[in-house]
Amino acid sequence: MKRAAFSQPLMPVALLLPQLIIIAVFFYWPAGEAIYSSFFLQDPFGFGSNYVGADNYTRLAKSSEYAKVAGFTLFFTVLVTFLSLGIALLLAVKADKVIRGAKTYRTLLMWVYAVAPPVAGFLGALLFDQNIGPITDLFAYFGYNLQIGLNYNDTAFAMIVVSVWKQIPVNFIFLLSGLQSIPVAVREAALIDNKSGTRRFWDITFPLLAPTAFFLLIINITYALFDTFGVIDIMVKGNPASNPITLVYKVYTDGFRGSDLGGSSAQSVVLMVLVLALTVMQFRMLERRIHYT
Amino acid sequence: MTKITHNKKPIRVSDLADHAILIAGALLMLFPVYLAFTTTSHDNITLAREGLQFGFGDQMGANFYAAMFEKGGFSEQIDGTSMLLNSLILGIGFAFGKIVLSMAAAYAIVYFRLRFATFAFWVIFTTILLPLEVRILPSYEVVTGLGMANTYTGLIVPLLASATGTFFFRQFFLSVPEELVEAARIDGAGPGKFFIDILVPLSRTMIAAIFIIMFVYGWNQYLWPTLITTDESLFTLVRGIKQITQSIYEGNDIPEYGQAWALAIIAMLPPVLIVIFFQSWFVKGLVESEK
Repeated sequence: MKRAAFSQPLMPVALLLPQLIIIAVFFYWPAGEAIYSSFFLQDPFGFGSNYVGADNYTRLAKSSEYAKVAGFTLFFTVLVTFLSLGIALLLAVKADKVIRGAKTYRTLLMWVYAVAPPVAGFLGALLFDQNIGPITDLFAYFGYNLQIGLNYNDTAFAMIVVSVWKQIPVNFIFLLSGLQSIPVAVREAALIDNKSGTRRFWDITFPLLAPTAFFLLIINITYALFDTFGVIDIMVKGNPASNPITLVYKVYTDGFRGSDLGGSSAQSVVLMVLVLALTVMQFRMLERRIHYT
Repeated sequence: MTKITHNKKPIRVSDLADHAILIAGALLMLFPVYLAFTTTSHDNITLAREGLQFGFGDQMGANFYAAMFEKGGFSEQIDGTSMLLNSLILGIGFAFGKIVLSMAAAYAIVYFRLRFATFAFWVIFTTILLPLEVRILPSYEVVTGLGMANTYTGLIVPLLASATGTFFFRQFFLSVPEELVEAARIDGAGPGKFFIDILVPLSRTMIAAIFIIMFVYGWNQYLWPTLITTDESLFTLVRGIKQITQSIYEGNDIPEYGQAWALAIIAMLPPVLIVIFFQSWFVKGLVESEK
């Protein structure tokens, strides 16, 4: 960062100002508002609000419902992350290896990136539909009655399948580009030293891929926590009470349907702290990654 | 290099297994969308009676026509065309706004001697930490309070309050050789001339890549449009998916499956085609921007 080429005083201010104003109004103001209102309790009839200190937080900590949602979020996040990373890794390794049709495979495996999560949720909701869904028919063939939207576990299953499907392409793109950036010399040396493809993969390729994989881990956790909102919203069909939901979805339902502004804000702040911790982790890893290359 | 030796040998079992895995993966990705296309080609009665269809029928044109031009919704005023238009406005407006704002900010941070540059940098970059979903309720209140509910401004501008683009352009500008700006200065070019004549042409590919990524991101927005647009004439296609789903599950005796699937396809197709068509730019932009 040594370039500072121009020294006009006003121009940079004018260039920065639009972005700074938008960020101040639409980022810092709401974020501050969330922290502020997490210490207040709204009157249910809309007559102002009372300062209640950390009550909203202790209420959350004691709520068994919140604990249940947090538990499901953890379960959901771990499964979505590992399944989508695992499948994408398998596909990326194979796509890196084959010669014939490499480009076609790449295209066929990445285009789902552009499908919006709620559209994926819509496809899923109908594939798993009670009356017309072929996947439900398939399960019925094996004697299991799949009930999406009614049975908690069945809905969770369908939500995870759809979320993994939607996330495989991102992981595939990054892992493939990570694999392709491994120098040919390294690959050749590994080939001379070790005949077994599996051993080569775990001893050479996988460690070299580790920085990409770690970065993707964070991306996937963020995806499972936030971007899956659309999938969940479509698949629970407006009936979140008896269905599995994630923490972000609860912020939304409590804030907009339950009009519990204080409680919803406290939940927002909890999520903010969570994301902050993830980002700090990511930055520390990034620093290390720069040393690798 | 190993690839060359592979080619000379006859096809091996392990190669076949590799292809089998890749084909299975490709089919897994394609299957739901294939089913979407086959299903839209049947009429609603068939679908309600027999479920999703695996083969093509002859109703595709009719279903797409109904999805695009048949008025629907509470107001009986919206159709696929109006939602498509709104989706385009959101996607293009968002991508365009993002590029203009973030290029300007990154240019100021990288190329100017500025006392509060580090401070501005951190003010902007903190926004990466907190996605909109986390602060959704207060954002809604702020935007509504400013009278921006049910406007294109309220739909697009709050989404611009993040630093992803700025971060990307900053990285890119830092990789531009320093000699260029030295030479430009010696030749007497000011900051405006340097930006337009040298930096923008150099960044062309990057701008295109970022535009594609941001267009897809904007087009696919769901939560924010759901909250901020209650006026149906402002619905985007992705926003409309919720209405479509509800109409299937709460609507008439025979749900309009064919039309619903047609709308889902229309909601999905433009970003997918752009990503496929501009694949190399898109992948480059995605991988580079996340570094």
